[in-house]
Amino acid sequence: MIHIVKTRRIWLIISSVFFVAAVIALLSWGLKFGVDFTGGSILEVSYKNSAPTNEVIHEKLAPLNLGEVEARRAGEQNIILRFKNVDQPTHQKILDALKPSGEFTEKSFDSIGPVIGQDLRNKSMWAIIIALVLILAYLSYVFRKVSHTVASWKYGAVAIVGLVHDIVLVAGVFAVLGKFAGVEVTASFIAAFLTVLGFSVHNTIVVFDRSRENLLKRGGNFEDVVEYSVNQTLGRSINTSLTVLLVMTAVYFFGGESIRNFTLVLILGVLFGTYSSIFVASPLLVVWHNVSKRRKTSSK
Amino acid sequence: MRIGRLFRPRARGKLRWGITFLIILGLVATLYDGLQYYNGNRDNWNKGLKARGMGELLPALGWPSWPPRDFALGLDLQGGTHLVYEADMKDVAGGDRDSALEGVRDVIERRVNIFGVSEPVVQTSKTGGAYRVVVELAGVSDPTKTIEQIGERTLLEFKEQNPAALTADRSTELNPEQKKQLADFNTVAKKQADEALTAVRAPGADFNALVAKYSQDDPTKDKGGDLGWITSKSPEGPLIPSVQPLKPGEISPTLFEDERGYQVVKFLEKRDTSDKEIRARHILICYKGVASCTKERSKDEAKALAETLKKTITPENFADLATKNSDDTGSATRGGDLGFFGKGMMVPVFEAAAFALQKGQISDVVESDFGFHIILKTDERPVSEYHVARALIYKKSASDFLPPPEFWKSTGLTGKHLKKAYVTSAQQTGQIQVGLDFNDEGTKLFQEITKRNKGKPLGIFLDGNSIIDTNGDHVIDQRDTYAPNVNDEIIGGSAVISGNMTSQEAKILAQRLNAGALPVPVALVSQNTVGASLGADSLHKSIFAGFIGLLLVALFMILYYRVPGVLAVIALCLYSTLILAIFKLFGVTLTLAGIAGFILSIGIAVDANILIFERMKEELRAGKSLDASIRDGFTRAWTSISDSNVSSLITAFVLYSFSTSLIKGFALTLSVGIVVSMFSAIVVTRQLLRLVAGWRISKNVWLFGGPRQKATPELVQRAPGASSVQ
Repeated sequence: MIHIVKTRRIWLIISSVFFVAAVIALLSWGLKFGVDFTGGSILEVSYKNSAPTNEVIHEKLAPLNLGEVEARRAGEQNIILRFKNVDQPTHQKILDALKPSGEFTEKSFDSIGPVIGQDLRNKSMWAIIIALVLILAYLSYVFRKVSHTVASWKYGAVAIVGLVHDIVLVAGVFAVLGKFAGVEVTASFIAAFLTVLGFSVHNTIVVFDRSRENLLKRGGNFEDVVEYSVNQTLGRSINTSLTVLLVMTAVYFFGGESIRNFTLVLILGVLFGTYSSIFVASPLLVVWHNVSKRRKTSSK
Repeated sequence: MRIGRLFRPRARGKLRWGITFLIILGLVATLYDGLQYYNGNRDNWNKGLKARGMGELLPALGWPSWPPRDFALGLDLQGGTHLVYEADMKDVAGGDRDSALEGVRDVIERRVNIFGVSEPVVQTSKTGGAYRVVVELAGVSDPTKTIEQIGERTLLEFKEQNPAALTADRSTELNPEQKKQLADFNTVAKKQADEALTAVRAPGADFNALVAKYSQDDPTKDKGGDLGWITSKSPEGPLIPSVQPLKPGEISPTLFEDERGYQVVKFLEKRDTSDKEIRARHILICYKGVASCTKERSKDEAKALAETLKKTITPENFADLATKNSDDTGSATRGGDLGFFGKGMMVPVFEAAAFALQKGQISDVVESDFGFHIILKTDERPVSEYHVARALIYKKSASDFLPPPEFWKSTGLTGKHLKKAYVTSAQQTGQIQVGLDFNDEGTKLFQEITKRNKGKPLGIFLDGNSIIDTNGDHVIDQRDTYAPNVNDEIIGGSAVISGNMTSQEAKILAQRLNAGALPVPVALVSQNTVGASLGADSLHKSIFAGFIGLLLVALFMILYYRVPGVLAVIALCLYSTLILAIFKLFGVTLTLAGIAGFILSIGIAVDANILIFERMKEELRAGKSLDASIRDGFTRAWTSISDSNVSSLITAFVLYSFSTSLIKGFALTLSVGIVVSMFSAIVVTRQLLRLVAGWRISKNVWLFGGPRQKATPELVQRAPGASSVQ
């Protein structure tokens, strides 16, 4: 038996530290939103030979009044340019202006008007809110059966805490990556993020399910039963996450640049979700139980 | 297996049926996934059989080639452009906005279709107060032109005749390689024709056989090249001059050459018909105003001059006077001689007067559209018919290498230059007309165009189609009334289209001219273009990644769970082929994110298996029998499986409500994956497990994750926290 619940103080402190760090990163740097949220253009070109320097690019594009142009190299030949939302003739002018800098092909071009960006922001917010509400509703349904020792809603509440812990950590990592590596939050990030929401609770549900089953069947000291249940489900918690991590890692390394960040969200989400279902959710449940028990005893 | 068993299945028999069903399901799904390979092989076999002289054996045996069906790939995988247009509805009343949006979609759809994009998607979408049209163009890597035309308020075009379509010689348009091909072909043709001519003129040559050998004219080559009786008016009339000097039965010593090719011509016989042709001289006195007259005299003066000439003219001095006086410069140099002509070759007034004359008689002054004539009939003979045979060897011309030229050519004048079109009527006649008003730039352009196209038609096209197809032949050309002729240079930017039209027709015409415009202005608010190379790259990489992922999961499952792991991998393979077949069958559009969702679902698919196997292991270690462990493993794990998958389905459901196609694709493949994975993990794995459990090797429960020795009963009773599971 691995003593996870017994050593809960360590895990909860570690989690709190990371959580606070993630919140600070989010508040101070924020997320770097992609053009699909902010409106603007992204142009990716692939040069036949090595790509010109950023100075050359800026010099070529200066006469076009594009405002701030951000050029980022991706590999030896590719350059990703970010600038304001432009119309089709301007797009063509940009390509013409770049022509003297070397032979290249246009890999992709996105230009998103501010209206669409605003739209996506609203939709994403609503999607996250709706998903959270639905998951909450689902959790209260799953833990609807009255159980002794701990009220069923407490299971749900702790699962939500675990969920918040997971998504804040993922967002925190992206705040750091956005600040130091220019990683952007795009529409696909939201898709991955919502998937993490679903994943995160599902491990917690399995652990709690087992605790409840053991409590009903065997009874005994609450802390011991939880510890036992966590251990019982440890193998499957790790293994199910492992298979998802295996496929996602394959996609991360072999799936190409376009989908890398999307995969990263899922990998981080699954990692944090698994961690929290084992090291955060169950210990927290025990802490809560002990606190309320102490209160009950003292009020008697 | 005894037959009775099959029809009255017991537990084991039922299991066999289940397994058989799964195998068939897997085979069908695999076949369907790889349809193009199936068809390719079939075609190859068929080709092989055909080469061995067995003909179309496979189709004859009823072995079908299935209609090919491909995976529907999203724009990010096949390359293409995704455009979002927002319609500006501020001038449209609330109730009319939906229909205005439909109108925008229709116009955009028409314009997109002009570009021949394969299966373009044009959809309307309403979000909040925004009215949008989403356009997806697959395979368009350079959308500049498309975007320009889609967004243009109108795509009404005024086109002029293309001179290239009217001139015969287009050889200058050929590229050097085509020129060489053309020359080479014609050299060979000439050589063949020369060879044929030499052969038929050799003593004792069999003309019919040689025609059959050399002639390329299919209708006549097997009839000895016999053209039957021809006159100068027949399509083959131009051959007559080459046979006139010959005696019946002789072959022309030279080749006859025209644009079609070379001909060896044989004169068979000649006969007269009842028709006559005459030879005549004439003097023409023209006056100012008639076609091709350079004289300044008036009509009366011309008539007077003709009358004067008539008084002094005789058959003897006719030629002299014609040379001095005739305004028909062509014949004047020959003393007014027109040569032989038959009926239908001259203007009717002239023909009637000429044919009424006796030989050597001079006519009165005759008035025609060309002026005043005096005619002398000099000869008369019956019209001859010639019986001719020929061998034809074709040449090629430039038009065999070039596509037929467009009849119409852009002028640069389009709907954006048109201020408005309206129905009006002509002041004097009251005739119904359609008026056009151009803006400043249009006025200038229109003036230039009308100046250079005086007397020629000017086509009006709406989104590439004719405005009205008046003669119902689906082409607008000079026969359509509404390709109006330009009467004169038009200055000032206002024009009318007049013609024989009803007020209803005029109304439609004006409407179409105006409605070629989008009903409301649109603005491009979002554009995503993915180059075809990036798309193909993404597709290959994601498939490779999925394969690696599947391999890693398979390795892990087999190493960790042993026999059940192997079975889970079999189930996983079945799962993958099933999912792909479902994507294909229902035309689920695969995007990059969608494929990621599918790969993710591979990871999730074994989740359920892991839950079951872990539970089974526990039961086995608790000392239960294999059969009982399998049964309990499945029933006890079910709650966890359904619970965990429902939460994933909830988020997938929320994601699907996103309108972004990228996210939609992901949500769709993920949820299909989750549902099918439950089937594969529970039904498929269970059947396989039960099958294997009946085998001899299953005596060793270690292979199923059980302990090496038989479990001791004490372990069943262990207290919570008493011992580790691992």
